[in-house]
Order: sequence, then C-alpha cells, then structure tokens
Amino acid sequence: MAPTDTVNGTARMVAAERAEAAARRIGISGYLACFNGIVWREVLRYLHQRERFFSALVRPLIWLFIFAAGFRQTLGVSIIPPYESYVLYEEFIAPGLIGMILLFNAMQSSLSMVYDRETGAMRTLLVSPFPRSFLLLSKLLGGVSVALLQVYAFLFVAWFWEIRPPAISEIKLFTMYDPPLWLGDAFGSVKEPIVISLMGLPSFMQPFAGYITVIPALLIAGLMLGSLALFMSSVIKQLENFAGVMNFVIFPMFFASSALYPLWRIREASPLLYEICRLNPFTYCVELIRFALHGQIDTVSLVVVLACTAAFLAAAVYAYNPSKGLIARRGGPGGSA
Amino acid sequence: MTNGNTTEGHVPKEPTPSLVVNGVSHAFGDKTVLSNVSLTVQQGAFVVLLGLNGAGKSTLFSLVTRLYDNVSGEIIIRGFDVRRKPSHALQKLGVVFQSRTLDSDLSLLQNLKYHAALHGFSGAEATARAMHVLGVVGLAERANEKIRALSGGQARRVEIARSLMHRPDLLLLDEATVGLDIGSRESVVKIVRDLVHREGLGVLWATHLMDEVKAGDQVVVLHKGKVLFAGGVSDFLKSTGKDSVSAAFRSITGSDAAIEEAA
Repeated sequence: MAPTDTVNGTARMVAAERAEAAARRIGISGYLACFNGIVWREVLRYLHQRERFFSALVRPLIWLFIFAAGFRQTLGVSIIPPYESYVLYEEFIAPGLIGMILLFNAMQSSLSMVYDRETGAMRTLLVSPFPRSFLLLSKLLGGVSVALLQVYAFLFVAWFWEIRPPAISEIKLFTMYDPPLWLGDAFGSVKEPIVISLMGLPSFMQPFAGYITVIPALLIAGLMLGSLALFMSSVIKQLENFAGVMNFVIFPMFFASSALYPLWRIREASPLLYEICRLNPFTYCVELIRFALHGQIDTVSLVVVLACTAAFLAAAVYAYNPSKGLIARRGGPGGSA
Repeated sequence: MTNGNTTEGHVPKEPTPSLVVNGVSHAFGDKTVLSNVSLTVQQGAFVVLLGLNGAGKSTLFSLVTRLYDNVSGEIIIRGFDVRRKPSHALQKLGVVFQSRTLDSDLSLLQNLKYHAALHGFSGAEATARAMHVLGVVGLAERANEKIRALSGGQARRVEIARSLMHRPDLLLLDEATVGLDIGSRESVVKIVRDLVHREGLGVLWATHLMDEVKAGDQVVVLHKGKVLFAGGVSDFLKSTGKDSVSAAFRSITGSDAAIEEAA
C-alpha cells in the first residue's frame, strides 16, 4: 500500500523527523510518575465517591457498636496472646473488623477492575509502555492506599469508643503463637522473640505506637487480599457476578476465620471447622494485624501471608499475561471479536 | 492488490511505516478469528478498516495494542515488534477504544494527567501536555470541568486528546464515532484528519460506517477474519465496478447485511 496523495509536504517532513526519533528510554522517574499517577487516581476516585467512603466506614462500625456490644456478655475472651489481660469483645474483634475493611476493599477494587474492563479503562492501563506486572502491582497498591484511609477512619471513630491499641513499650519480633501441626518443631524451638525496647520513645507517644506498628501488617495483608481479588477479576466475566463473590468468597473467608471468635472457641465447637479456619489465609491476615497492633510480629501469620501474597500475585500476573494467561485464551477484557 | 500481501516488495524509502501487520492469524480455541491478515499504515496515511460487527476488527486491535499476543505473524509499530519490544512499540501507539475510558467523576485535566502518568510524565510536563492536547481538540477552556458535564462528542474528543498525550506515531481508533450525532461525528473525524495532515500521524480508523470513507483514503476490507481488499478508494471502486463504497463493500463481501450509509 503506497502512501496516498493526500500526504502533503509538511506531513512528509514531520514524518521524516519522527522517523529518526528513537523510542524514549523510561527511567526511574518515569516509573515513579506512573506509580504515583495510578495510586493518585485510585485515591481521587475514592474521595469523589462519598457514599463509598461512608458505606465502607459504616459497615465495620455497625459490627463494632451493635454486634459486638450485643455479644459482649455472651462471649468472654480469655487471656490469649497477644492480650495480657481480659479484653472486651469489642476489643477482640477490632482487628477482625480491620481485616474486613481490607477484604471488602480488595473485593470492591476487583469489582472496579471488572467494571474498568467493561468500560475500557483497564485497557488504557494495559497499553501503557510499562511492564504489565509493574502496572498491576501499582494498581494493587493504589487499592491498598484507599483501604488504609478507611482503616484509619475506622480506628479514629473506635478511639472515641475506647477501642484503642495498648500503650507499647517494646516491639517483639517473631513471636510464636499456636504454630500449626504441619510446621512441626521447625519453629517450635524458637521460643524467645527478639525484643526491641521503645523506652526511648516519649511516654506520651507510647499509646499511639500501635497505630504505627500496624502499618506494615496492613500493607502486607492488603496486598494479599488485593492480589487474590486481582486474580479473581481476570476470572469473573461479568459485573453482576459480584453477588456471587459476596456469597462464595467474602462471607466464608470472614466467618471461617479468627476475626469474630478466638480459634480455641471454634475448636471446642467443631474440630473440623477449626481446621478450616486454620487453612483460611484470612485468619492469618487478622492475626498479623492483631499482633501488630500490640507491637508484635506473629511469625506463622507473617510467613503464611507473605507466601499467599506471592502465590496470588503470581497467579494474577499470569492471568493477565498477554501470551499465556486467561486474558489471551478467553479473548480478554471487554474483548469481543 | 487483494488477499493480504500488501507489504511485499515495499522496502520503504519513505519513513518507517506507522504500522505493519504481516500474516497475522489468531484463534480462540477452535474458532479462527483472524486468518493471515496483512496491512500497512504509512506515516501520514488515513487508513479505514472496514468490517461488519464480528469481522475481527476488535481482535486485531487487541493484538496491536498487545492486550494479548499474536500467535503467528508479526505486528510492527514504527519498526518495533509488539511482541519483542512491547515497551518501545507501545510508546509509539495511541489508542481510542470503542468503550469509554474516562473517569466521569474527575475533571478533564485530572483524567489526562493520569494518562500522562501511564506514560511516565508528571508534574508541570504532564499539565503542559494535557493543556496542549486539549487545545488540539478544542476543549482547553473546559479543563477543570468534570467529564460528567461533557456531551458524548466532547468526551470522544477528550479520548482523542488522551491518546495523543505521549505524541504517538500511530493512532488506532475503534469505532470512534459510534453513538454520536452527525455534528459530533463530523467534528471528531475532522480533528483526526487534521492530525494526519498536520502531524503526519498514521491513522487506522476502524468503522462500519461507509460514509466516513473519503476519496483519498486507503481502505482495508476485513471480512470474517480475512483481508479481502487493501488499497486506495479509487482502486476499490474500480476493482468492484461499483460507484459507491458501500456498494463495493457489499459486492466484495457478498453480504446483504445492513450497512449504515449514514447515521
């Protein structure tokens, strides 16, 4: 096909100039700009949807103020790590509710990805010249940032209800609590955690230390749930299937975990359910957060959550891989021939 | 010039073509969607990709935009193979998708800055680029309004502006005028044609609206996954012996399917 007569002189000249222009090399600043842009868009979109903000806040607060208050008298929580005294039921389920915020947010961002896919916004993301895994990871971290905003809004309200993390005078790394049987004695012998004293911390700041120490746990747990949701977004064909996600993913993950009741209680009720809860990665998200609020790292939870994050992320990147993944086989997002 | 081998013997003295598609086939499972498709878009050429719904246009676009990889054949954007050098190839590519891609709750500028970021631009440069392309589509003074406040045609123009942010050499438009009234359609088509003349962009314009073809254009007829014709409009009419593009299209595809003469 020869160039047409419509090409006038100027166009030829511009075209010739362009021919010499080699592709731009994208440096670290480009990656940073891209990452910031994606995260900023998620946050902006979130802030513009006020109803989403309030519904995300109201949900855990209803659980905290109504459900937990109702159960306060029926469910006593004995002294189990990381707690050092009897705690109110509200205090026990606070980390579970934080987990719930992360879970809902991850699934909602997966919903928004299915929506993006249908409208084409996902495709504009994927035609960016950056590596696809980088784009997907940025998108995930954008979702986690939004979740963090929600978590802190929740913690802020809970603070007035006197649901607060305890004052922390030391950080305990790699505590071992209730290692699963299959782990054997591998970690069992490591009983003594590494202790970092926070005595240098001014005493007025110690009550707030838990709000800081929980951040890494929130990030890792959010990333795990986000990558699970990202993988699911490649599998879900239609927006309408979100109700199915509710029933088959969110509810089972939330209820069959240590979010609402301590695992030893579940073991008393049903050994089978107990094992199911222990296989549920969400349990480890909740425990990771629970210990982190107390300035402790629960080793088993950390290992499980990290491993699950890696697995889910790999599955998601594979699913979105242009030559191998589900996108390629099925005709892709919004893809009709 | 039928059945594909349009790139043969065309070692360019001209600048590197915007797009070369060479012997591309694609199948989903047992269903062959594209079979041995070849076409070329030169710099400064307006190429209309004509095809009915289901002809394989969107699949071809998905392959060129590397949503998924082509299994056979090659796709080269400005000398960069999409599969081997995806990052370089995608830098040269601007796309206007059929479905809308803008956030209606955000302003024009916020939308465009997000897309600037997707190409690695930030801060003042992103704003400057956004304002420049908004000027190109004539919406600069509405930069701070929300997308929600725009009409369908204006939103389309923002989509075009978005696709121009990183100064691509090849512009793909997938049914860009679908759902627009005549006035909006004309303004969208005019903007793109101006870009071809002024900037020397190569444009691949997929449509099923025959009246969008002008005398000097190149036409590629895609039917049931095969290229039936590729060449100038006058050759298209001559080879089929018809006097209108839609009659020629009907005759070459043998389809009586309703083709929209005009909106």
